[in-house]
Amino acid sequence: MISLRRTRAMARKEFLHIFRDPRSLVMALAIPVIMLLLFGYALSLDVERVPTMVYDVERSVQSRELIAAFRGSRYFEVADVVSSYVPIDRAINRGEILIAIVIPSDYSRQLLRGGTAKLQVLVDGSDSNTASLAIAYAQGVIATQSARLQLRFADARGAGPLRVPVDVQSRVWYNSDLKSKNFIIPGLIAVILQVIAALLTSLTIAREWELGNMELLLSTPLRPTELVLGKMAAFFAIGAADAVIAVLLGRFAFGVPLRGSLLLLALAVFVFLFGSLCWGLLISALARNQLLAYQVGLITSFLPSFLLSGFIYSIENMPAVVQAVTYIVPSRYFIVALKGIFLKGIGLPLLWPQLLLLSLYAAIVFAVASKRLNQKLVSK
Amino acid sequence: MNAPVSTPAVVIRSLTKRFGNFVAVNDVSLEVKRGEIFGFLGPNGAGKSTTIRILCGLLAPSEGDATVAGFDVAHEPERVKRSIGYMSQKFSLYDDLTVEENIDFFSGIYSVPRDRREDRKAFALELSAMAERRNSLTGLLPGGFKQRLALGCAILHEPPVLFLDEPTSGVDPIARRDFWDLIYQLSEQGITIFVTTHYMDEAEYCHRLALMYRGAVIALGTPSELKRDLGGFALLHLEVSDLLGAMDALEGQPGIEDIAVFGSGLHVRVKNAEQAKLPVREKLEASGICVEKLDRIDASMEDVFVGLIEAEERKA
Repeated sequence: MISLRRTRAMARKEFLHIFRDPRSLVMALAIPVIMLLLFGYALSLDVERVPTMVYDVERSVQSRELIAAFRGSRYFEVADVVSSYVPIDRAINRGEILIAIVIPSDYSRQLLRGGTAKLQVLVDGSDSNTASLAIAYAQGVIATQSARLQLRFADARGAGPLRVPVDVQSRVWYNSDLKSKNFIIPGLIAVILQVIAALLTSLTIAREWELGNMELLLSTPLRPTELVLGKMAAFFAIGAADAVIAVLLGRFAFGVPLRGSLLLLALAVFVFLFGSLCWGLLISALARNQLLAYQVGLITSFLPSFLLSGFIYSIENMPAVVQAVTYIVPSRYFIVALKGIFLKGIGLPLLWPQLLLLSLYAAIVFAVASKRLNQKLVSK
Repeated sequence: MNAPVSTPAVVIRSLTKRFGNFVAVNDVSLEVKRGEIFGFLGPNGAGKSTTIRILCGLLAPSEGDATVAGFDVAHEPERVKRSIGYMSQKFSLYDDLTVEENIDFFSGIYSVPRDRREDRKAFALELSAMAERRNSLTGLLPGGFKQRLALGCAILHEPPVLFLDEPTSGVDPIARRDFWDLIYQLSEQGITIFVTTHYMDEAEYCHRLALMYRGAVIALGTPSELKRDLGGFALLHLEVSDLLGAMDALEGQPGIEDIAVFGSGLHVRVKNAEQAKLPVREKLEASGICVEKLDRIDASMEDVFVGLIEAEERKA
């Protein structure tokens, strides 16, 4: 009973609205690119080239060797070697350095005597995540240096060539460079699609009411379902265009590997986009003015997909209550699917639960949204 | 799809619509003939819009029933919607679409058959005198042209019944006159037009009128019938030497219902014109007021409107 012609007329009109209105065009096409570039470049969780200062109290061959070890590490950038605590204090306060290594005056004496030399490491803990990573890297550098010294001493004592009892050979799968952008970009695609879909859609019905056109539309043979499907078709096309832009930028501007099947990626985007559009429609059905719809749309799409989806903050580390909430955040499943397809190249046999849950979410929200919308359109 | 000629275009029987305890439409019955221009008058909140919305299938009646173009509005709203055009006081067109895009959109949602589309588009462009400006953005058109374009869009699917809800509000008088010329043309083609308005001069253009007040139809007839009956009153036009003195003198006299200043004279509503003339003259002259003119006149639609509503308010 649904007329394709009426639905198409509606979709075409909606397209024209988007292309005629600079605001919505910017929202639809420029914002995804800006978000991707901004977050892609700015939101790096990698800790590299930590600005470092060394206070070498001793100034011996051994202490210089340790400094050289830090200089040789890609995680540290030794900014200066100083001769008192004063510049360290100043530099940490000014945020010029993050970490300082203090080599005590008895460093080489302790080493040569066979005792344990004590190093002091000072860290700016105001960014706790980076600080703890920096400490771990510093411990790594020091441990390596320590092991090297041990071997050398044993050698000198004539114990013959020593072997290292345990050697770690770690190999990182899927994101072998451990580049944070490799997992940020796929996550970002989810955030962008969710926000764009919810925003464009949430405004659309409120706009018809505000312009006073809804009553006219309802007096025509156009059915509410056709109205909704027509509008969704237009936004779907915009969302799909955004997805293509985001995938291309991720792949070619940021060099994120795309190992899995494009078809599966398209399917995941399709299901997720549909659910997000339905969510926008539901907001639209509940809010009759554009401002309210916009605000609700932004808050309910951006925040959960950013904070509760496992995009940046790992869900395992959240309190149990918050973890429970994440189960109803669709981007949670979408991000797993995206990371799987982009980085692991895994397929439907492993990702079907995510796709199934996304489809379920879309179906439920669609059912609720069309029911609410129908009630609102028919009773009013 | 057109109703047979014999059946009226719109039939309303004991129609009542309640919203909670509020009765928006109270036991309204009327019929509108095919090709008639039927005017719906009344103050805001009188129930005109609610009635029209029921007739357009947008609202279900609480009691009673109505048919439009032969289809029951409560049970066959889809068929009703295919048989009507609706144009509301808001422009109802998309300002950010061009003239042609608006026409194409409405042609699409009204399901105009493919082979009729070009014809109907040409018709709508001609009706709105927009053929040259088909690629202009609708938002840039003057109000009168937009109005005609909205009308053109509302009849793309050749509906037998057309609902116009205050179609000319905010349009200049010349454009309004042109618009009414169009409405007459459509009526001559057999289209039934159901129009609400609050312009009294427009009410006079209608073939028949219903006056709604507090949910009920309190008067129904042709403009001349309504003016003649005036709800059981007649109107005297007086020109006197002292307007305010005359008002004071006549106030509360037997047989005098209402006195209002009208231009340089007075309009006095009386029960019976011929019986009232003499006592009025005598009373004024006794008060030392010189009566220059004292005639029975035909009421304007405004007099009818005000008189009927005041009579209703006195009843309440």
